Amino acid sequence: MSTLRTEEMTLNMGPQHPSTHGVLRFVVRADGEVMREAIPDVGYLHRSIEKIAEKVGYRGFMPYTDRVDYVCAMFTNQGWGMACEKLAGIEVPRRGEYCRVIAAEFNRIASHLLSVGAMAMDIGAMTPFAHVIREREMINDLIEELCGARLTFNYMRIGGVAWDLPPGWREKALAYLDHFDPILEEYNALISWNKIYIERLANVGVITAADAINYNLVGPNLRACGIKWDIRKDIPYSVYPEFEFEVPVGNGQWGKLGDSMDRYVVRIREMAQSSKILRQALEKIPPGAVLAKVVRNFKPPAGECQIRVESGRGDMGWYLVSDGTGYPWRVHVRTGSFAAMGIIQKLSAGLMIADLVTLIASLDVIAPEIDR
Amino acid sequence: MEALQIIERVKSRFGDRVLEISEKKPDPFAVIDPGAIVEVGRFMNQDPELAMDCLSNQSGVDYKDRIEVVYHLFSYQHRHGAVLKVKLPRDNPSVATLEGVWKSANWMEREIFDLLGVNFEGHSDMRRILMPEDWIGHPLRKDFVEPAEYHGISTVRESPIVRLDTKKK
Repeated sequence: MSTLRTEEMTLNMGPQHPSTHGVLRFVVRADGEVMREAIPDVGYLHRSIEKIAEKVGYRGFMPYTDRVDYVCAMFTNQGWGMACEKLAGIEVPRRGEYCRVIAAEFNRIASHLLSVGAMAMDIGAMTPFAHVIREREMINDLIEELCGARLTFNYMRIGGVAWDLPPGWREKALAYLDHFDPILEEYNALISWNKIYIERLANVGVITAADAINYNLVGPNLRACGIKWDIRKDIPYSVYPEFEFEVPVGNGQWGKLGDSMDRYVVRIREMAQSSKILRQALEKIPPGAVLAKVVRNFKPPAGECQIRVESGRGDMGWYLVSDGTGYPWRVHVRTGSFAAMGIIQKLSAGLMIADLVTLIASLDVIAPEIDR
Repeated sequence: MEALQIIERVKSRFGDRVLEISEKKPDPFAVIDPGAIVEVGRFMNQDPELAMDCLSNQSGVDYKDRIEVVYHLFSYQHRHGAVLKVKLPRDNPSVATLEGVWKSANWMEREIFDLLGVNFEGHSDMRRILMPEDWIGHPLRKDFVEPAEYHGISTVRESPIVRLDTKKK
């Protein structure tokens, strides 16, 4: 019997595909079920946020930063705030920094919850998604009390945060954490250690440490490759040095080091660490003001700076150039998803089409963050 | 190493191909001769004392009289970073790609090409990345004027309040 003749197919995936986490498109060249290459096509959500910054001024840009990454908008708020503060030499009051850390860590849990839930949903397990959304709603309720918004927070300001914790909020937050820690165990029992689930994730989309650095992967994606690197620990900012927490890294327990399962488990473990930070922060929060006195017409001196924030999707870099006027000359956001998308084309060779979905979900890419 | 020490080390290796050093806080930087950027990049990547294994950020800035491409390099091994810049003429800016040294340059250079119109020589895939393929102009240039329509779709919206106002008359 002669071997069957195969033919290469070109398939289109997206931009309105349910598993691409927003508006992304892939051109897949496949031989049967096996991909030769998946070429990402991004830009469907490009809103030119960097150009908007040049038009609206420093303070006016804060609500727009929410739209850079709407799943963890606290970090984009904080990144913009920190860039302006670094340039103008403003010091945030200690209580303000604590408020920032508390809001940001809650946001990190919410973001990771969505990521791990969507991971399960993308490969066909619908129930865990309902569980994480239930938990995320509670965090949204807490944040709503804090700043009045559930998604695009606009909570932080240049020089601190807009509002102090409302009365009774601290107790509610602690009660939520008491509820959340066992829930994480329950969630793991429900899906994380499920044999079928592990089989789907282990050994899929393996990234080596050298590749991760070369392609500039950041955050959980980088740590899953075994590199212990967390901006909160290694280039400390805000009040993070005052807290005790660990940096979870991938260990290749289920397959090769740096596979999708490692990335997934790093996120699960980070949520527990965020909860640990939150308990300490809520315990130690000092009294005082939450917002430094910043002139109304904020004009940082001419110059440029870059700051790095550990966002839910990892190291987020803000490059800010000021010419001394009330409008930034240039703002550039280097986001984790942008770099993660860049590596997909390389990883996709030889992968099954069904595993492309796993790969995208495990890298936790968010379309608005790629396109900005 | 501190950023300035790193820049000094590059300066001692490349001499006058490092055109200018700014010590201004918060972030000092070195301006490199555009023709030498690949050499400098490769040296910083491979030199064991610098070991810049990561191109953490690359962006372009339009200064009206010139365009600058900014490189934020970082070393995970030594945990230090430095900033390099190249200054390019505003009409037909062009510089060699760093894709051969750091893979992350591929997408970031495409973005700079798309939004600022800098051509990266030797780049493997110099296409627009965020804007549509047939877009004219580079939006982050300071003199960019948004076209009134794109494929018959208006990019300016008449305020509904103005419309109500005209109805009354």
